[in-house]
Amino acid sequence: MKHLWFHLMPYTELPDDFREQNPSVWVDIHSRLFDPERAHYMYNDFMDEMEYAAEVGFDAVCCNEHHSNGYGLMPSPNLIASSLARRANPDTALCVMGNSLALYNPPTRVAEEFAMIDCISGGRLIAGFPVGSPMDTCYAYGQNPSLLRERYLEAHDLVMRAWTEADTFAFNGRFNQQRYVNIWPRPVQKPHPPVWIPGGGSVETWRWCAEMDYVYCYLSYFGYKAGLQTMQGFWEEMKRLGKEPNPYRAGFLQFVGVAETEAEAYELYREPAEYFYGRCLHIDPRFAAPPGYTTEATQRAGIQSQVANAALQNRKALQVSKSAREFDAILDNGYVIIGTPDQVAEKLRQVIHDLRFGQLMLLLQFGNMDKQLAKYNTRLYAEQVAPQLQDIWSEWENHWWPTPMAAADRAAPDPVAYRAAAAE
Amino acid sequence: MDMASPPPAVDHVDVNGEPCRVWRKGSGRPLAFLAGHGGLPKWPAFLDRLAESHEVVAPSIPGYPGGLGHTRLVDHLDWVLAVRDLLNGCGLEGGDTLLAGSGPGASFALEIAALWPHKVDRLALVAPWGLFDEAEPMTDPWGQRIPELPGMLCADPENWNALKAPPEGANSVEWPIEQTRALEASARVFWPLGNSGLEKRLGRVSAPALLLWGAEDRILPRSYGERIAAGLGGPSRLEVVDGAGHLAELDKPAEVAEAIRAFFA
Repeated sequence: MKHLWFHLMPYTELPDDFREQNPSVWVDIHSRLFDPERAHYMYNDFMDEMEYAAEVGFDAVCCNEHHSNGYGLMPSPNLIASSLARRANPDTALCVMGNSLALYNPPTRVAEEFAMIDCISGGRLIAGFPVGSPMDTCYAYGQNPSLLRERYLEAHDLVMRAWTEADTFAFNGRFNQQRYVNIWPRPVQKPHPPVWIPGGGSVETWRWCAEMDYVYCYLSYFGYKAGLQTMQGFWEEMKRLGKEPNPYRAGFLQFVGVAETEAEAYELYREPAEYFYGRCLHIDPRFAAPPGYTTEATQRAGIQSQVANAALQNRKALQVSKSAREFDAILDNGYVIIGTPDQVAEKLRQVIHDLRFGQLMLLLQFGNMDKQLAKYNTRLYAEQVAPQLQDIWSEWENHWWPTPMAAADRAAPDPVAYRAAAAE
Repeated sequence: MDMASPPPAVDHVDVNGEPCRVWRKGSGRPLAFLAGHGGLPKWPAFLDRLAESHEVVAPSIPGYPGGLGHTRLVDHLDWVLAVRDLLNGCGLEGGDTLLAGSGPGASFALEIAALWPHKVDRLALVAPWGLFDEAEPMTDPWGQRIPELPGMLCADPENWNALKAPPEGANSVEWPIEQTRALEASARVFWPLGNSGLEKRLGRVSAPALLLWGAEDRILPRSYGERIAAGLGGPSRLEVVDGAGHLAELDKPAEVAEAIRAFFA
């Protein structure tokens, strides 16, 4: 079982009346809400938290890409990952979840930057390739929703060739034409870093992950109850395609809050959870579905499943609200799991088996949680939850984990001694 | 829609190997109409009015209801050639074509008239897309909340709702997908600003043009009509349609059809 510590880097000081006074946390969130000097502290706290997570033994630290977003301050996750490649525990993998391929012109930029991170870190990179949300890609970055997936797939092919072909080649795509593709540097990991694909519940994405032998990650903010149907659909499709049901093919994101007692957990994690689900997910629905973003096959499957669900007797029992903002409802719906280490471990063990995944991505900092609480949550999880889950899936091999250079062969950053020496 | 009127004849033209529906109705001098944003899932009352004095030919551009093949088209030249192939496939290769259109369809009509001036005799255009003015930006026609869209496109939202409501017997899965596909087709051409660079080509249009603008157009400011009129290489006239929104032909079918018939007479 792998435990990955994921940071969204939310702006932690959105006002109490944010929901009432602003149409959206994303795309057209107003710049007056952003204080760069406060963000200076936030970024440094967040990076402290990630370095701490690596130090206490998480298998990987994860970051991701968002644009014009009040709950995701990482337009460039590669900047964060490159810092972690130097400063964080060298036993920790770096999961960049990831670069939205269609947004880079030319996409060889992604091949280059990921290769740099893989070189700096000695081969510890997990390369995530999301299509990207409509808000990020079509609205903040102006990409055409009808062409986005074609661009994405073409960019993917270009990056893969740039990583793996030894000789300079010409790339003659629909959207990208380059006569001389020859990136320097090249990744340490051969033939290339493991590729993970964050996606929604699209059948096409599942099939593509199976065909390419990539990890599929369902990164939903709505927890294990809402995720069950999607993950069942994924595994049914893997079975249909004749793929072995190796749980490490799948990643899943879950918010977790651990404390010494159940009452303490309730007290500590209520405010950050309500901040996240109340303010951070306040997204104007006009940005949710640009025409063409969702493929027709996925639209068809969605409409058909609605029709099928409507016909079910126990429809209410199957439904999970995706709009809860009060803590009790957030917990009831399974968005966030809280409790003592034993309670959380027991619940996660069940979720890991029910949904079947080997790469567990954890949001242990969420909403406006401060560094002290994030570290507390992180330490309790690492010391008292993760060890209880280590045996899970031990019968399976994780083929999708980084294969770094041997630790003894890797460089260690020099201590920065000049200023200290000068001060003496 | 006048339910009593007989339906149009239906045919198909292949564009890049994909079928695009062509409706025909009426007799008289042929008049081609290229639909506005959202396309025509149903034959509208507006075309019945035109069919009183013309043989109305209404081909569906790729991706609009009745038309496939939009995903084969990537750049603007692909699109303009597809529309040209569509019109040629309807038998409108001659130099005497009366060409009408709305929104995206009107934009394509201008492109055809700019690139092949000998093909088009006269143009009648309802709020053509294709330009962008930073001082008066076009309203985002895609990034709207679903309940608000009808009122953005029509002065009376019920006119849009009536066009888009599934008729009895419609496939409950495919009908909504077809309507989304129509919005996607416009997006594929004009995302994100509606600017296709048409302004650079307006001077090549020599055919006389009638520009019609809904007085309550909430998508495209009327100044775009003035700007187009100023840029056209041939004579033009801008008329405002009272009580009409962006899709003026849906809000005021009789008035818009009458203006076009008068201009084409």
